[in-house]
Amino acid sequence: MEFDAVIVGGGGSGMRAALQLAQSGYNTAVITKVFPTRSHTVSAQGGITCAIASEDPDDQWQWHMYDTVKGSDYIGDQEAIEYMCQTGPQAVFEVEHMGLPFSRNDSGRIYQRPFGGQSKDFGKGGQAARTCAAADRTGHALLHTLYQGNLRNKTVFLTEWFAVDIVKNADSSVVGVIAINIESGETVFVSSKATVFATGGAGRIYASTTNAHICTGDGIGMSLRAGYPVQDIEMWQFHPTGIHGAGTLVTEGCRGEGGYLVNKDGERFMERYAPNAKDLAGRDVVARSMVLEILEGRGCGKEKDHVYLKLDHLGEETLNAKLPGILELSRTFAHADPVKEPIPVVPTCHYMMGGIPTNVDGQALTIDSQGNDEVIDGFYACGEAACVSVHGANRLGGNSLLDLIVFGRASGLFIENQLKEGISHSDAGSDDIDFAMERLNKINNSKSGEKAPVLRAELQTIMQNYFGVFRRGDYMKKGVEKLDELRGRVENVYLEDKSNAFNTARIEALELQNLFETAYATAIAAEGRTESRGAHAREDFQERDDENWLCHSIYMPGQREIGKRPVNMTLKTMEPFEPKVRTY
Amino acid sequence: MLTVSVYRYNPEADEAPYMQDFPFDSEGKDLMVLDVLEKLKVIDPSLVFRRSCREGVCGSDGVNISGKNGLACITPLSEAVRDDKLVIRPLPGLPVVRDLVIDMSQFYAQYEKIKPYMMNESAPPEKERLQSQEDRAKLDGLYECILCACCSTACPSFWWNPDKFIGPSGLLQAYRFLADTRDTATEERLTDLQDPFSVFRCHGIMNCVQVCPKGLNPTKAIGHIRTMLVKNAL
Ligand SMILES: Cc1cc2nc3c(=O)[nH]c(=O)nc-3n(C[C@H](O)[C@H](O)[C@H](O)COP(=O)(O)OP(=O)(O)OC[C@H]3O[C@@H](n4cnc5c(N)ncnc54)[C@H](O)[C@@H]3O)c2cc1C
Ligand code: SF4
Ligand code: SF4
Ligand code: FES
Repeated sequence: MEFDAVIVGGGGSGMRAALQLAQSGYNTAVITKVFPTRSHTVSAQGGITCAIASEDPDDQWQWHMYDTVKGSDYIGDQEAIEYMCQTGPQAVFEVEHMGLPFSRNDSGRIYQRPFGGQSKDFGKGGQAARTCAAADRTGHALLHTLYQGNLRNKTVFLTEWFAVDIVKNADSSVVGVIAINIESGETVFVSSKATVFATGGAGRIYASTTNAHICTGDGIGMSLRAGYPVQDIEMWQFHPTGIHGAGTLVTEGCRGEGGYLVNKDGERFMERYAPNAKDLAGRDVVARSMVLEILEGRGCGKEKDHVYLKLDHLGEETLNAKLPGILELSRTFAHADPVKEPIPVVPTCHYMMGGIPTNVDGQALTIDSQGNDEVIDGFYACGEAACVSVHGANRLGGNSLLDLIVFGRASGLFIENQLKEGISHSDAGSDDIDFAMERLNKINNSKSGEKAPVLRAELQTIMQNYFGVFRRGDYMKKGVEKLDELRGRVENVYLEDKSNAFNTARIEALELQNLFETAYATAIAAEGRTESRGAHAREDFQERDDENWLCHSIYMPGQREIGKRPVNMTLKTMEPFEPKVRTY
Repeated sequence: MLTVSVYRYNPEADEAPYMQDFPFDSEGKDLMVLDVLEKLKVIDPSLVFRRSCREGVCGSDGVNISGKNGLACITPLSEAVRDDKLVIRPLPGLPVVRDLVIDMSQFYAQYEKIKPYMMNESAPPEKERLQSQEDRAKLDGLYECILCACCSTACPSFWWNPDKFIGPSGLLQAYRFLADTRDTATEERLTDLQDPFSVFRCHGIMNCVQVCPKGLNPTKAIGHIRTMLVKNAL
């Protein structure tokens, strides 16, 4: 199979990239392991943060940019953040024109709600309301709209196909992927002039996560196996409000609409930790405050292992209008009706800030022997799998969906221009293809070993215990040792059922190895970054260390160690924001 | 102890489908049916089903649970177990690929037929198209459809004519675009639906409404379309 462009991933970012190329008449395929609208983007609730100046006619994208840089704890690339915040409105209006059913305000414009970390006038003008919402089902609305746009533009969907590994030619250009048609079991080389990874996150490396079962870091695993680096992979966002026990998310929009957190004494404790922003401080700040409350014995419930999110004071009518999905989720998974009682919540793994390093055109980067950026020919990434990096050490709510549509679009535009100018690669030889098939062959020929679900559970427990909200050097060392021990067992995973038709056990074995690579990179990078910044909080290095660590970490799979990469601070329209102490 | 009876069929190994019974101890917890399936898969990795979000928003795991179509991930055992028995089958009416996985191509084809995208050829404004809150409210109960197929595979009319009758899910989406003030292709959409099968095979049996896990009401939407079709024909 041959295409002008192959996008691996049918979530928001992948479908936005595909749409761009299909609209321009290029032969574009989306490979996705689930039917596109079942991708994880569908779960996004709260909205798309963007300065479209609807709630506040004076809103400016520069204010959004300030918040994002501050939120990132200053290791977000300012060039990329500038591009995202400035182009954002156009990207949002495009999806509205395509039919996205945004909620509306009185004047018929898109409804915007307050989210954490948002301010007016560069932090001086108080709380902003900048998150564009379709009730609390924004991801669903966005994903369906993008799928519909792609249907209209005749994108080819290889639905329920699983990408196994990257194929490179003799010149080390990426020329496509090996993929399995899950329904038939047939395995083929899908060749492409441009290969885009939009494979989403990997929250399933942790035992407790808001992420779907399918968030297994496949793009990260494939990329690392191909010898390419990942950036800032120690930066995992723990969302303050995952439902205790189930892990299901309740959106920050709950606090945006006026909900707040309380401890067992009914105290609104965020007033102590973040006197100004309170419950709408940065996510890392809120998550850590919650854990401190729990550690200090002020947690709720029998085990005192969670806190409460209070919404009942907002009244049934508001809750029905603004947060209908949350009412459903809470009743189902917390057995609590938010109209009458608080929701038990606990910080839960939510978002991977790190990923495949790219420039603003979506071109994937590696680091040459001199330590300089080098574009990987033929290879692109966008969305949660990529690290462009707009989120740095801590993502602000609503900025991921914006990232998807801005950089999905940017990648598409760039590839479109490349295709116009003409892209030619030498073909992959049979050796190149055989090389990419090795891992799958090994699993298919396995005769003994342990089963994927058992190994997966062990991996998730290690990550949860040693690399969670608070981290400590000696603990992490132990965690890395455990992972080293697990590596061989994961590489020798046993696939008992060798059948072809819809063999999900095979897929889970392949996913397990991707989870492992992602987890391992996380562990090494987390141990290596000897400071606290954003989501990365160390008990043994409690301060931010701008002298040594105002930089990206780069994990190199060959050496299994991290290097450093400078943060981009060259802006087109203004002076960069210099690092300041981050308070809310 | 619970007996979980699961529909099994592997086209490569089985001549015919059969029901397999697994003993299952829920340890007194009110698990979701999907949790049960996940646990069974650890015991028997060859058991096959679709799943993704595990919170009722992606529409992957529509199955027939003790006789009723629903999403495994948000159906608790307390609602599904009768006399210590839980019966899980694939959604009825469409071909089975393997175990609980059905071939949904006909379902998707009907969705595609209704042109499920906004049509408005006028040049878009620089910002968003405006829409009043009242007009936006007309889309509530429509845009939330997750394409899980629980409704269409519970609909006798769809069973008999899956190639000609659009089915409740597709029609709900057809109405989602008819109801959107930003869409200008009402004429074209109605003309497409005018034949005796696409809409008129619905006999108001309401199975669809009873099973929709999102609480949507395709029958009502179909009623609106009928009214529009009749008006359009006059
Ligand atoms: C519960 C929840 C709520 C959220 N709410 C918000 C919010 O309100 N606002 C916000 O901005 N962000 C939110 N986020 C974050 C945001 O939703 C995600 O970061 C974003 O949707 C990721 O989109 P994506 O396009 O990168 O990937 P995904 O949507 O995860 O899509 C990944 C795609 O890759 C495919 N894929 C992966 N591996 C393979 C493979 N090996 N072969 C073939 N296909 C493959 C999958 O099939 C899928 O189509 C939320 C996240 C969660 C978990
Ligand atoms: S009401 Fe119509 S669409 Fe719904 S189940 Fe009955 S016949 Fe099918
Ligand atoms: S209408 Fe309801 S049952 Fe039918 S596909 Fe949509 S969500 Fe599923
Ligand atoms: S797994 Fe997504 S709806 Fe059940």
